[in-house]
Amino acid sequence: MFLGTIVYALVNSVILALMAIGFNLTFGISGVANFAYGALYIFSAYASWMLMNLLHIPYLPAAVISILLTTLLGALMYRFVLLRIRGQVLSEVIATFGIGLAILELFRYLGFVGFEYTLPVFIDRSFFIAGTYVDMQRIIIVIAGVLIVVALWIFTHHTAVGLAFRGIAQDERTALSLGIDSDWIATLSVSFGAGLAALAATIIIPLGSISPGEGYDVLIKALAVCIIGGLGSTGGVIVASFIIGFAERFTDSYIGSHWTMIVSLAAILIVLIVKPSGLFGKQKELEERI
Amino acid sequence: MAPSALLQVTGVYKNFGGVQAVSDLSFELSPGELLGLIGPNGCGKTTTVNLITGFVKPSQGKIFFQGRNITGMAPHKIVRLGIARTFQMVKPFYQLPAYKNMIIPLYSPRVKQLAGGKYGDRDAVALDLLEEVGFERDAYVAYKNASVLPQGYLKRLELAKAIALQPDLMILDELFSGLSLAEVASILPIIEKLRQEGKTIIMIEHRLKELFRIADRVVVLNFGEKIAEGPSNVVMESDAVKKAYLGVEA
Amino acid sequence: MKKRKERIDRGIKARSGDIFALSSWREMLYLSAPRLIPIIGFMVLPLVLGDYWQKVLLSVAVFALLAISWDILAQSGMISLGQALFFGTGAYAAGIFNYYWHWHPLISIAAATIAGGLLCTLFLLPVLRLRGIYFSMVTLIIPLMLVRIIEATKIFGGTEGLTGIEALSSKWIELYLAMAVLTAALFGFRRMIASDYGLILKAINDNDRSVINAGINIYWFKTQALFISACVGAFAGAFMTHVYMFAGMPVFALDYSILPIAAAVVGGPGTLAGATLGAFILVPLSEILRGIGGLRIVLYGLFLVVFIVALPEGIFQYVQRKYHQFERWVEVE
Repeated sequence: MFLGTIVYALVNSVILALMAIGFNLTFGISGVANFAYGALYIFSAYASWMLMNLLHIPYLPAAVISILLTTLLGALMYRFVLLRIRGQVLSEVIATFGIGLAILELFRYLGFVGFEYTLPVFIDRSFFIAGTYVDMQRIIIVIAGVLIVVALWIFTHHTAVGLAFRGIAQDERTALSLGIDSDWIATLSVSFGAGLAALAATIIIPLGSISPGEGYDVLIKALAVCIIGGLGSTGGVIVASFIIGFAERFTDSYIGSHWTMIVSLAAILIVLIVKPSGLFGKQKELEERI
Repeated sequence: MAPSALLQVTGVYKNFGGVQAVSDLSFELSPGELLGLIGPNGCGKTTTVNLITGFVKPSQGKIFFQGRNITGMAPHKIVRLGIARTFQMVKPFYQLPAYKNMIIPLYSPRVKQLAGGKYGDRDAVALDLLEEVGFERDAYVAYKNASVLPQGYLKRLELAKAIALQPDLMILDELFSGLSLAEVASILPIIEKLRQEGKTIIMIEHRLKELFRIADRVVVLNFGEKIAEGPSNVVMESDAVKKAYLGVEA
Repeated sequence: MKKRKERIDRGIKARSGDIFALSSWREMLYLSAPRLIPIIGFMVLPLVLGDYWQKVLLSVAVFALLAISWDILAQSGMISLGQALFFGTGAYAAGIFNYYWHWHPLISIAAATIAGGLLCTLFLLPVLRLRGIYFSMVTLIIPLMLVRIIEATKIFGGTEGLTGIEALSSKWIELYLAMAVLTAALFGFRRMIASDYGLILKAINDNDRSVINAGINIYWFKTQALFISACVGAFAGAFMTHVYMFAGMPVFALDYSILPIAAAVVGGPGTLAGATLGAFILVPLSEILRGIGGLRIVLYGLFLVVFIVALPEGIFQYVQRKYHQFERWVEVE
């Protein structure tokens, strides 16, 4: 049971990291907290489902199309809404939250609720690892999670756009003076974040079903991970995902499933009290702004 | 260490993630003195101000004010002890009249404490203070919105905000930057008057000519280190300063 | 030919604004109408409305209070996405006081207002030192998590909630208590915002360094603003508990977070009057639109986006400007 819990905790942690990494990427680069993040996650899942079940497109192309659509939606959201209110944190928060709300509640209104709304697993097999059965999808999640993190690292450290991303993240004005178009980079950052949400949805949703409520859940989990890890820090997201992931699984196995949410909330409150900027937060209160 | 010193900075270091902004900085200030803090851009002048006012905590070293250790104290507490500063970038409330901008310092606990537990009529005090720094009362300049005031008045407003706190030590961070000669000339008498009232002042300035006319002593920084200290004419003759400022090998 | 819009104060504003000797009834009316209309409205509305709309009026008042509470926070640079936290904490506090300890409804409401305010302030205290975005994130998360916790641990009646809570003795007391508190909150906090104290709160949002530099402890001021706002929200929750005679998980619902923000944004943030006006528009509107069910929330979402992008000043500022000024197009070179 102990080893099995560890295996499931590992999977859970990777899921959390996948859910949070897009939100974190967008915030880290352009400072936009995309509260429509959960809605974009669900949007891509429903898009895949509709492509498969209404247009009868095979799964793989359907998934690719919906990821691209979500990425495009993110870019449009930036261009037509966020660009007009850039720099006004209050407005950005409210506008993205409003967009997310509209998307999720529209799906709910249209009746997209039920067990039939699910995506197929990639390969239907399971393995016997460490005394427990683990299905192929969970193994794929772990592998994909590692690949995505590595790919992101290579992207931000070794490609021109990625380096521009980091430049903007560090100092927008300097980057501007070096000829980096910050609006364009911010557009990309929001759309990449959206794309990562879609990618995460494609990999994770097959484990459960699609529902509007899941959109709020994903947003909450992403926020929780980012608060604990420290906004804008990729290392922080990974560490925080493992902390919450393991804590949740172990409380689930040894104390009771209904305590998992309390553990997360307690973790958030403790981190906020002990180190308000998160474990790896770069927020240094006053110093940062001088 | 002179026991009479108002401010003592002893062996202060500050690094921002590997960049040494200030290293081993020490200087003292006696009451009533006007100290100029000069140096090329990015030499750590503003960091020094932030260190004294508590906005930045030193990595090492100690700062004493009136014999009290103020190292690492919260900035608002340091202000209450009697250190007031102006900011290089003025950022008033543009949509409010100038005298309403004075409400912020006049709401300070220090003002209340010095007045014996009462704030008094803030608007009236604000108008008096603004007149002192050159807001002509007859022309109702103090009633104009900050958004329509020229830079010279905004700097004076900034100065008035510091004076309102009735500080023992005033730190003026590039008060003259961005001002015309005429505007500087009209602010200089205000500073001289403050000196006559016995205020201790630290001025950070790029306008050396104006600064040297009023400063008793100058500290020169370069790459976060103190490279010279003394009366202005002596300091400007020193080789290290010439090298740092003009890039000339002496 | 290019034109620009010119705005000029109406003559009556100039006369009544600067000269303190009012010379006609018209001028007096001009000055007092904006204050009298809401006060008279609040007093008369309960009398003229039917039973059903009286209930709606109660929820208008509650949402107006939540919107005012949101606006006070927003003024001080704290953007709450979880007014449901304040509402729910107040609601449960009142529920507990009355259900377990049988306190009189009025005492329970008063106690829950303070207790809820304190509890929410404690919850959010750690976040005050951080940038505004953390505040939004944490306020969004906490109410949603509290629901799960209550659901899972079955405390305070679990999913059933606390039922059979004592109601206020008559509907007139309900109505006029709501209206009185709304009037007091609207005018009282409007005055507070316009005072020097309110100016300091705004200044913290605008340029915190200049406030610190006056020797003012900005965290202490933010805490005060948070407490005030949380009390207003907690009152709304406690009041509703005694109206519905029930406190349960729905008090943490997203509606209580979203509708107040929508009301404040549509009405115009920063004035409190705008927030109230927004509630008076949106709550009845959503009653009329009850037929379309879930689509209402979609509409609120879109309202938020459209108003934030296209009319960020909100309806109230717009109306206020029209009242005081006239506009005309003039040619420019």
